[in-house]
Parts: sequence; C-alpha cells; structure tokens
Amino acid sequence: MNDARARIEDFLSDYVHMIDDDRLEEWPEYFTPDGLYQITTQENYQADLLVGILSCEGRGMMSDRVWAAREANIYEPHRYCHLLGRPRIDKEDTGAYRVRANFTVVRTMQNGDTGIFVSGKYLDRIVFEDGEPKLKERRVILDSRRVDILIVYPI
Amino acid sequence: MTADNAMPLHWPEGDVTRVPYGAYSDPELYALEQQRIFRGPVWNFLCLEVQLPNAGDYRTTFVGEMPVIVVRDENGVINAMVNRCAHKGALVCHKERGNSRSLTCIYHSWSYDLRGKLEGVAFAKGVRGKGGMPADFDPGLRELEPLRVEIFCGLVFGTFSPETEPFEAYMGDAIGGFMKRNLNRPLRLLGSHSQILHNNWKLYAENLRDSYHATLLHTFYSAFNINRLDMEGAITLSQKGWHSISHAKRATLRADKEYKGANVHATKSDSKLAGPQLLKSWEEFDDGITHSIQTIFPTAAVQFILNSLAFRFFVPRGVDKTELFWIYLGYADDTPEQTRMRVMQSNLTGAAGLVSLEDGCINEFVQRGVRGSETHSAFMEMGGRDVASSEGSRATEVAVRGFWQGYREIMGIA
Repeated sequence: MNDARARIEDFLSDYVHMIDDDRLEEWPEYFTPDGLYQITTQENYQADLLVGILSCEGRGMMSDRVWAAREANIYEPHRYCHLLGRPRIDKEDTGAYRVRANFTVVRTMQNGDTGIFVSGKYLDRIVFEDGEPKLKERRVILDSRRVDILIVYPI
Repeated sequence: MTADNAMPLHWPEGDVTRVPYGAYSDPELYALEQQRIFRGPVWNFLCLEVQLPNAGDYRTTFVGEMPVIVVRDENGVINAMVNRCAHKGALVCHKERGNSRSLTCIYHSWSYDLRGKLEGVAFAKGVRGKGGMPADFDPGLRELEPLRVEIFCGLVFGTFSPETEPFEAYMGDAIGGFMKRNLNRPLRLLGSHSQILHNNWKLYAENLRDSYHATLLHTFYSAFNINRLDMEGAITLSQKGWHSISHAKRATLRADKEYKGANVHATKSDSKLAGPQLLKSWEEFDDGITHSIQTIFPTAAVQFILNSLAFRFFVPRGVDKTELFWIYLGYADDTPEQTRMRVMQSNLTGAAGLVSLEDGCINEFVQRGVRGSETHSAFMEMGGRDVASSEGSRATEVAVRGFWQGYREIMGIA
C-alpha cells in the first residue's frame, strides 16, 4: 500500500502539472481507454442528477475536447494553477483504489487578473494497468454551482 | 414626463437597427429597466413546476434584481411574492430552496402563510401588557408583495403588471405552439448550473436571438454539421417581434460555398469525432427540425439541440454582470438510452459547452469593446432593417431587431 500510495500521489501531481503546463494532448492518457471524466457541481452531485457541466466517456471524447480547445473553441487566453490537497486513498476488494482529494484552481487571465476559479474535490477510482496508475473514473465536484465566464480546459 | 426627455442616451427615432453602446453600461437606463421591463408587462420565468413537487416546497429566484419566492401551497397552487419582509425588508427566505408550512422572517419572526398573507407578528400585543403594535395595526395591509403567476407547459412565470396579457396570448400562436411541441409532456430535471457573464443582460438577450453569429463563432456547430446556415431553417417572430424561434433541419445540409470562404473560421477543420457518442441522436419529431432556440422576452429561452432540451434564463446582477442559468431536461417517460443520449449531448451547451462556451466571453468582448464609445451605435442591418419572420434565411439579425422593438415599446422609446 505504501508503494501504491506513493505512486498514486505522484500520479495525481503529474495530472495537475500536465494541465498547468498546457500539455493537454497527454490528458486522455491519464485515463483507462474507457475512463470516465465528469465535472459537476456539489448541488447536482448531492441530488444524484445526471447532467453536470461536462462529461466524457472514454479517451475519444477527451481527445475531442482537446481538439476543440485547440482548434474550434474561441476564448481569451488564460492558465490554471492547481493546488492539490493530500489525498485519502482506500483500496477496494476489486484491487482498484478509491481516492478523494481537495483542489483549488487559481486562474490567471492574459491581462494579469489572478483569482480563485474553482474549488472542490476529486472523487477518483484508480486502477493499475501494466503497472501504471490510470483513472477509471474522475468525478470533479465543484463547490459552487456558478462558473465564471467559461470552462474550456479540464480541471 | 415624456419618454424623450427622460430617456437616457440618444435613440434614433423608430430605428431598431441602431442601439447606442451606452445602453450596455448606463446606470440610469439600468435602473429604469428594473421598473419598466422587469416590473412591466412581461412574463418573467420563475422556476419549473417539477422543482416544486410537494406542498410547502419553495425556491427563491429573481425578477430583474428583485428577490422572489415561488412556493406551492397546501392546495397545490403555486404562488409567487417578493422575498422582502413587510416589516423591515429583510429576505424572508434566505435559503435557495426548502419546504416549510409557513414563511417566517428570521429577523423579528413575522410569519406569512404560503400565499404571502401575514399570519403572525411576534409580540404583537407586547410583553406583559407593554409595547406591541398600535391598536389600529392591520396585518391585512402587510402582506408579501404578490406576483401574478401562470404555468405553461410545466414552466412557472410571474408578472407584476396587471396589464400583462395571459401567457399564451403573450407568446402568440406560433411561438406558444412550438413551446407545446417541446415541453407539453411531464418533464424530468437532469441537472443545472450557472455561469457568470461579465456583460449587460441585454447583450445575452441579443446573443440568443442572433442566428447570424451562431455558426461563425461556435465553430463546433459547423465543423460537425449540427447547425449551419446552409441547412433549411427559418426565423419565426411573434406578432410584436418580442419572442423568436430559430430552427434548422440537419438533414437538409447543402454545404454551400460560402462556408468554404477563407475568412470563415468556422470550417477550417472537417475532423471526425474520436468519441462519436457525443452526437448520437434520434429523430424525436416528424417535422425534421433538429435545432432550435426559442426566446421568451425578456430573459429566457428554450433550446432543443439534437435531443438536448434545456431551459435557459438569465438574471441581471448589475449593469455589467449577468448570471445565466442552464436547466437540462428530459421527459419523464424517456428510455434509459434516450436519457443517455441527452446526457452526452448536454456537453454541447452550458458553461463548458462545445457550441456555447464562446458566449461566456463574446458578450464581455462587446462590453469591453464599446467602453468610451457610449454615444456611438451598434449597426444591425443584416437581413434588412425590418422586424418580420424570415422564412428562407437565418443570415439575418431580424430577431435581434425584434428584441429592440419590444424593449423600446416597453421602455417608451419612440
């Protein structure tokens, strides 16, 4: 477990650095091929509502998102800085790990405005595939129901 | 007072193709809108009937900037009143939603029934015979200010004005009929969220009606042939132009040469989706319409994009700030597979919507672009200068002009 914990913690750090460093093309590789990625709000999550803010099933939908962010969508340049809390990691009987960690994303706009963009928690299921940790599920639960301007990059 | 000498800014007489840029930032005009538009002869969206299933269920919302309570009473009737205690003006309901047998202001425990009538005043007779309200205190005069409520297709609307027409007459046959097409069945709430736009509310009201921009700015639309101006479509306006429908039929795509022009950013890629389940859809209606945005003056719209049904409404939060709410819907009798398709397609719109996220910033770009140019005017002559339904083409700003026609009529701008 200690070895697994260290590897999972590194993996979670690598994920946020990948986004903060704008290496979005690598993003789908953090998931299993059929991995699930969702962004929703605490309000929807608690009410068990199916639609949140964004939902990708499988790497294909994730790479479409990356393509759209690079080629199709139009928005003002900005960058993220993720601050990650220490994760709680529990092993399931299936061998997968349930992981929960708090995050804050600070967003900086091109004009220099820096401010807290979102806060919330990651609810993850992580499996080891060929010895590598991968996200089978990542549910991003935002504390607020309200998004400032737009979300185009993953969290 | 006549409209002309009271109205801030210069409005060229009778010309709905011009709007002074100051209309998006003028604080006097904004204050006047709160009175004339939001308390005027319009139906304001309050909530969905399905959000208040039980007696005592309440939600708080806003009409313009004014806080409002919507509540279902013991008889099943939905009532709406201003969320402002008749005593000192505190919010009576400070939670966004809940269930209660009465509405009690926490400040001094004034208590109202679910119709807004004052039921109890703490220490009304004083304490030990001292203090208390004057002998002529009449609780009947101290109710929560009511709104007139109408429910149409599961949507709850409220108005302050006795002059507002009944809702169906307000919408007109064509637009009301299309609402029935989309909503006249038991609805299921799939989820919701909101988005802060750093722009005046009218810029989003225009944006919703602007079929000209949709496939140019939202390039995902044209790249994947979800909505393009070279599909069969039309703009339908209500009689006075206030409300509109823009629709398109996906099966009628002609791939016109205009989209191949070098300056149309929209078509620079014809990539195929790696995750095609995003756009997996079925034909829900036999009229061939696969894309529609239907506006309800002043601040609401129904979207039906492929199978993604959603209600949008927006609330002014200051002269240069607007909160846009997205409420995703299905029907109560949807199959699991249909629900799944609606859930996948919900990726198209909302704060992270593949075909909508640009609207989070584009109206702000106008807000910023016109700073210092308050006396200059927007130019809106695409498709002509008139306000009339456009059967053949959606390369037109006719519905935007319709919005301004309604706005000017209500505001008293000649």
